[in-house]
Amino acid sequence: MAVKNILIVGVGGQGTLLASKIMGRVYLEQGFDVKVSEVHGMSQRGGSVVTYVRYGDKVWSPVIDKGEADIIISFEQLESARWLSYLKPGGVLISSTQKLDPAPVIMGQAEYPKDILDEILSLGIKVVSLPADELAEKAGSTRSANIVLLGASAKSQDIPKEVWLEAIKASVPPKTLEANLRAFELGFGA
Amino acid sequence: MAKTLLLGNEAVARGLYEAGVRFVSAYPGTPSTEITETAVKFDEIYCEWAPNEKVAFEAAFGASLAGARSFCAMKHVGLNVASDPLYTASYIGSNAGLVCAVADDPGMHSSQNEQDSRRHAMASKVPMLEPCDSTECRDYAALAYEISEMFDTPVLLRLSTRISHSRSPVELHERKELALKDYEKNVTKNVMMPAMARIAHKKVEERLIKLKEYAETSGINRVEWGDRKLGIIAAGSSYAYAKEALGENASYLKLGMVNPLPVELIKDFASKVERLIVVEELDDIIESHCLKHGIKVEGKSLFPFEGEFSQSVIKKAVLGISPSYNELPHPVVGRPPMLCSGCPHRGLFYALRGLNLYVSGDIGCYSLGAQAPLSMLDSVLCMGASISGLHGFNTVRGSEQAKKSVAVIGDSTFIHSGITGLIDISYNQGLSTVIVLDNSITGMTGHQNNPANGLTIKGDPTAAVDLEALAKAIGFRRIRVVDPYDVAETKKTVMEELEAPEPSLIIARRPCALLKNVKHSAPLKVDRDKCVGCRQCLNVGCPALSRKDKKALIDPNQCLGCGICAYACKPGAIVKEG
Repeated sequence: MAVKNILIVGVGGQGTLLASKIMGRVYLEQGFDVKVSEVHGMSQRGGSVVTYVRYGDKVWSPVIDKGEADIIISFEQLESARWLSYLKPGGVLISSTQKLDPAPVIMGQAEYPKDILDEILSLGIKVVSLPADELAEKAGSTRSANIVLLGASAKSQDIPKEVWLEAIKASVPPKTLEANLRAFELGFGA
Repeated sequence: MAKTLLLGNEAVARGLYEAGVRFVSAYPGTPSTEITETAVKFDEIYCEWAPNEKVAFEAAFGASLAGARSFCAMKHVGLNVASDPLYTASYIGSNAGLVCAVADDPGMHSSQNEQDSRRHAMASKVPMLEPCDSTECRDYAALAYEISEMFDTPVLLRLSTRISHSRSPVELHERKELALKDYEKNVTKNVMMPAMARIAHKKVEERLIKLKEYAETSGINRVEWGDRKLGIIAAGSSYAYAKEALGENASYLKLGMVNPLPVELIKDFASKVERLIVVEELDDIIESHCLKHGIKVEGKSLFPFEGEFSQSVIKKAVLGISPSYNELPHPVVGRPPMLCSGCPHRGLFYALRGLNLYVSGDIGCYSLGAQAPLSMLDSVLCMGASISGLHGFNTVRGSEQAKKSVAVIGDSTFIHSGITGLIDISYNQGLSTVIVLDNSITGMTGHQNNPANGLTIKGDPTAAVDLEALAKAIGFRRIRVVDPYDVAETKKTVMEELEAPEPSLIIARRPCALLKNVKHSAPLKVDRDKCVGCRQCLNVGCPALSRKDKKALIDPNQCLGCGICAYACKPGAIVKEG
């Protein structure tokens, strides 16, 4: 199978690493070669973060370039705009509607752009948007927005739901499991 | 056997375990840190955080001499610190295998420079291996011990951010348990004084010739035939990018050993391809080697010396192909990293505001204090340089300047190499004011214990460096401790110590807000009737603060109630909930 590329983007601290870890696990169990490239260190301090997930018969490079992503999973609207150029023509953007002000906006040097997702839609790009933060709260843990988005992305992928649930069970702390499983269902159904 | 997805760093640790390594010493540094954090989970391996990379290397050297396979890890700039023992350990060699992993950071995701560690391998004349994925990380870590013992040499294992921090499948093997090798006193081999070192240097040159032979024939450098119109020479991440970009449309000389480099192997490969290109991130080391031996190659005429490569970089440089993609027709506002909400460093920086000081900075989370809106730092060089650099600055500009300047340095960085700078000030009768930002943890690299917080790498209680007593022993008489959440008191203390006609140490002490055992106050809220929309609170640069309808707004999910914005709010509009 040709290599599939999934870009996971968000703001440092939103839980992008856990989402990519679970995805990597799922694809490995499906018998694919997998590479997951993470960001550690300085960029995690509230900055823009990106994780690359790649799977297929043989994956060489750990990174995804502009125009290569089949799916972008975005935890935040502004980050959807920032990483949009990484989407392959015909690819899907799965974006949370959550907004987090970056430092220049907090300081009043810039405005948070309006109607980002509509603007992206107007370029003819396929966008799946959902309030991942609100659904996470509904699931019982504000920190489970990552699993909500994972659920939303799983819906468009040809892998049995049980495989995802098993990978979540193996990856999250036991006391957060129930909230995370609810979060996955809410994302899957969104 | 089932495969497991491991980070490159985790795979290196797995390789250490399987190779029977018993001793690991390291100083944390992105992107190398997780090697040691993974190794410590194996009961068979003794692991420690060392105060700095030089100590880590020397400890591993000692353990190797004692007969155990030993290891140390560091980031690229850490190897500068450890280069002193490295260069002479090259002369002494190893008893049981001695391996040092060094992780470069092309693109500078988390570093202050982009130096190429291969130059250290060349200069110290030791072999260097470079893996291209997690399986090779494991394999090369283990192979490095065989090479170390076969050639009586330390071995460097070169990683880079994308190799260290990428997960790929690894098949796990069993550990090879090894008995301690005998230690025999051998002054000629192990005591490096001029008479012995002259003999040792000769051996090093002979060893290098044998290693070159190994590079030619061992199979660690291998040819993969594809289309012979194009030949690629590459190692590590560059090899991975090239394979992705060019696939079967090129032939490859894949180098697993990047020092010393083979000659005949390259000549033979060159003779069988029409066009030969070296793909290497950072410096032109393989390319220069080829040119030196009369092998015609292209390299830096196509590729930059700086930054990270990728498959697109190679496609563009080699094939002239650029990807097509969608883009918004306008720039997107940036999101630089910032100090976390509740970060105690923010209180200290806010206390320094308005004092119009020269602030000598250092390496750690508090480097972020350089950015707007705090914009507090004048210089950042390397670990520990805040203190020694300030001493030089103040010495040439005089005692009045000393009243208008401070150094800021974290607890871990202070232990790493700030102490000697403090001695420089005291011994040479300087007047400088040094502020240690003691948050009881090594923060930026992801919360490692350190000698100042009284906990070992495993979290067990141990001796803690008493910073106050240490400064006193060094000769400082003025030592103050402040809580950086108390901005007014911190500011007052800094002003008093700047005026003092002798050097001062101020310890701004409060644990990192992200530590699990730290208790937080209830979130604050904005009294919208009192808020005048002056934006003063936004100048503290806290991610929990924003503006809505021309007034300040606090996100209760992010606010940790530290109160620094309340200090900044002149109308008193930021108050406790309820």
